[in-house]
Amino acid sequence: MNFVRDLVFQGAQMLLVLLLSPLLTGFVRKVKARLLRRRGPPLLQPYRDLVRLMRKEVVLAESASWLFRVIPYIVFAGTWVAASLVPTFRGGLLFSWSADLIAIIALLGSARFFLALAGLDVGTSFGGIGSSREVMIASLAEPAMLMIVFTLALIAGATQLSTMAAYMASGAEGLRVSLGLAVIALIMVAIAENARIPIDNPTTHLELTMVHEAMVLEYSGRHLALIDLSSEIKLLLYVSLITCLFTPWGIAVPDADVQALVAGVVSYLGKLAACGVLLAVFETAIAKMRVFRVPAFLGAALMLSLLATLLLFVSGSL
Amino acid sequence: MTAYFLYGVGALFALAPIAVVLAASRAASGIVYIACLLITAVLTALAATYLFGRPVGSAIILPLGLPWLGAHFRIDPLSAFFLIVVNLGGAAASLFALGYGRHEKTPQRVLPFYPAYLAAMNLVVSSDDAFSFLVAWEFMSLTSWALVIAHHKDSDNVRAGYIYLLMASFGTLALLLAFGLLAGSDGHYAFEAIRTAHPSAGLAALVLILTVVGAGSKAGIVPLHAWLPLAHPAAPSHVSALMSGVMTKVAVYGFARIAFDLLGPPDWWWSILVLALGGVTATMGVLYALMQHDLKRLLAYHTVENIGIIFIGLGLALAFKAHSMAFAAALALTAALFHVLNHSVFKSLLFFGAGAVLNATGERDMEHLGGLIHRMPQTAFVFLIGCVAISALPPLNGFVSEWLTFQAILLSPQLPAWGLKFLVPAVGALLALSAALAAACFVKAFGMSFLGRARTPAAANAEETDGNSLAAMYFLAALCLIAGILPGLFIDALAPVSQALVGTGMPHQSGLAWLTIVPVVESRSSYNGLLVFVFVTMSGSIAAFAIHRLASDRIRRGPAWDCGYPDPSPATQYTASSFAQPIRRVYGTSIFHAREVAEMPPPGATSPARLTVELRDLIWDSLYAPIATFVGFATDRLNILQFLTIRRYLTLVFAALVLLLLVLAI
Repeated sequence: MNFVRDLVFQGAQMLLVLLLSPLLTGFVRKVKARLLRRRGPPLLQPYRDLVRLMRKEVVLAESASWLFRVIPYIVFAGTWVAASLVPTFRGGLLFSWSADLIAIIALLGSARFFLALAGLDVGTSFGGIGSSREVMIASLAEPAMLMIVFTLALIAGATQLSTMAAYMASGAEGLRVSLGLAVIALIMVAIAENARIPIDNPTTHLELTMVHEAMVLEYSGRHLALIDLSSEIKLLLYVSLITCLFTPWGIAVPDADVQALVAGVVSYLGKLAACGVLLAVFETAIAKMRVFRVPAFLGAALMLSLLATLLLFVSGSL
Repeated sequence: MTAYFLYGVGALFALAPIAVVLAASRAASGIVYIACLLITAVLTALAATYLFGRPVGSAIILPLGLPWLGAHFRIDPLSAFFLIVVNLGGAAASLFALGYGRHEKTPQRVLPFYPAYLAAMNLVVSSDDAFSFLVAWEFMSLTSWALVIAHHKDSDNVRAGYIYLLMASFGTLALLLAFGLLAGSDGHYAFEAIRTAHPSAGLAALVLILTVVGAGSKAGIVPLHAWLPLAHPAAPSHVSALMSGVMTKVAVYGFARIAFDLLGPPDWWWSILVLALGGVTATMGVLYALMQHDLKRLLAYHTVENIGIIFIGLGLALAFKAHSMAFAAALALTAALFHVLNHSVFKSLLFFGAGAVLNATGERDMEHLGGLIHRMPQTAFVFLIGCVAISALPPLNGFVSEWLTFQAILLSPQLPAWGLKFLVPAVGALLALSAALAAACFVKAFGMSFLGRARTPAAANAEETDGNSLAAMYFLAALCLIAGILPGLFIDALAPVSQALVGTGMPHQSGLAWLTIVPVVESRSSYNGLLVFVFVTMSGSIAAFAIHRLASDRIRRGPAWDCGYPDPSPATQYTASSFAQPIRRVYGTSIFHAREVAEMPPPGATSPARLTVELRDLIWDSLYAPIATFVGFATDRLNILQFLTIRRYLTLVFAALVLLLLVLAI
């Protein structure tokens, strides 16, 4: 019985991240537009875009290979599986033990690896510029992320995300220096990983400022829809990750009753909205960086997270 | 058991003269490689049955070598594991060479040395006394040197061979001294005797340093790696695979044998040396690799990175063992040894792929390749699997061993030594950095060679490689997947090894539900490659099915979009150098003193603009170049010794004799 219940919740979680992620992106866009005193696209616009793209035919470059057609599915599957393993409104996910936080990060790494290959497949200069910059950014963001994972794992005594989230929710930890450093670093990494301002601009098509968009420039139709959906899921994943580890209030425990579950869902949606507003405000307030300023930004994140880990190695109480 | 091995080694040795006789005939390469394939396959199976069965040591003493010593051979779990690595690599390389070797222009320069090389590696791993170990080690160096200069008309290869020979002799010298110290003044060269005689702390430290130098120079530890990226690519590709995938592991075996087995209980500071070298090696190796545009040299530099990862695992195991945390030591050691196996599998696969590309196009330079996925779809597919595996991405095998290493690092705050408290997190960061850079490196390697549009006619007209080569590559690719999704089996197989070296094995894995691996306890960390693989495959297929069914499955081919300005010339694509430019600017300016010089012609001039990149190898400049200069200077000065009269020579001999007698007298 418990197994069936857990299975249902795991399935619900998979559908939830899939269905909710375009809404989060739409919400951020809407808030950004309002902050700029524009009316902005309707909240549901990302869904309409996805549906329209999926119905359109794919225009494939003549020099594209079979790999180019497979990659959108690989990227989508990797991102979706990773997102399904991050607790959202309820902890203790059924398949949490199949991949810990390191494996989740590595799954996102796989998705990026293939996306960077897609940028090189058609053999255009834009694809190349996007891929080469993406791997440069990843080469700093990924180690920073792993050091953040180290910090959290040393505090929680586990790399298992459900255990970590439950430990954080238990209130056993108060304010700690290393946690503070880790959350700053994690937010910096999340901004870079999701190609947001100031690292990259998700709305631009100006050739020299774009990284992610340049990589996927040759995609169209259903392939583009899948890649857009993957980026939206990835944004939701990072927001869920930050909230379940650093603001774990309200997450329902595995054997919670209906009331607690409703509270979990409501608090989760509230946290998503709050993070969306914060992201929009941050993006509106800041200008995009030159691409070679990015290493300094991410290097700072790496140093902060390394410092956090070092503190934990040196002293158990920092 | 050991006797069967020696029969196999004897058969391999016997093949060498047969190959000399046969070399002229056309069937020679087929016969030699089939024989090597059969022998190594049998030896792999033997070693595997030994490791999976109930391992009991069995020793054999042959009346060879030193008269009062004989040649000792013994198979124990550690050597059985490395015998699997050696012979599995050997079998795959022989299968690959069945196809690849037919293109060899001078088979008589390769065929006799190849089986001897395989035999030598087997001997190193199974020998049980210092004398046979060193003889086999030197024999392995010499046969591989002969294979490196097989294509001796290319002056680069001859230079690579020369540097390799120098470094190999230097490494053997260090090992010779290490064993000399271990054996003591009474000359107890048998490992059995060395094991029971515990050297004093100072002596043990000296032995460890000499071992790191000796085995490390063969494995490619920075800064002793200089020969490796020159020599490995120079050999024929199946030999490159053996050198990179297998011989570096034999060097790891040498280190593990001495540091974990012969030297007795370790001091905690040994691990500082090994960990620091491992971290530097991992990062420097991948950064060097990123700067290359020769496919085989990139792979060779990447071997340096993986050796660094293995040494990080070994260093952690030493640290845990020194603090009697046997359980954590078993985890770190298992991670390192699992990475040994994994690296030998995917590095061989990648070198085979590079060899297939070299045969099909005659090119190793990625700037002259491109678009091969259209011409060689199967090679591209298996090469891609190798790239994903080596970049430590789930669900393939490279990820599992790095994951285990990370888990071992997470156990290390319990280490009491302060030096380690600062070093281990830094090494963890270097490991994470090198993992991320490895992914960048293999995006470049695969993307530049196989994707995009062909940059030269040779690449545009490449043909798919032959069936035997493909079979070897598919076999290794399948192993990458199996070791990735069923790691529990491999971890269990390694349990006797860590039992023998650090006193305990990792908990039994293969009985766990769903074949998960759980290094410590389940609430702490667990990973299930099989489920991750199934989930990813399922969600990808569901998405594909749903979209094709419910939305659209139409496709139209058209010219590339490229923001509206597509250029038909393949020269407008990104090249390997331009792909690495951002990373070069971030990391290379300090480490390689990278400089970009742009030459812009004045307006109106018709000469092309040029961008040249200058990289300096600081390790070479600051370590090797001064030594070379000094040796040159010294030989110039001592040159007069060559032109003395007979009386002066006799005086010299007499003086030397007197000096020696004086030394003895004192």
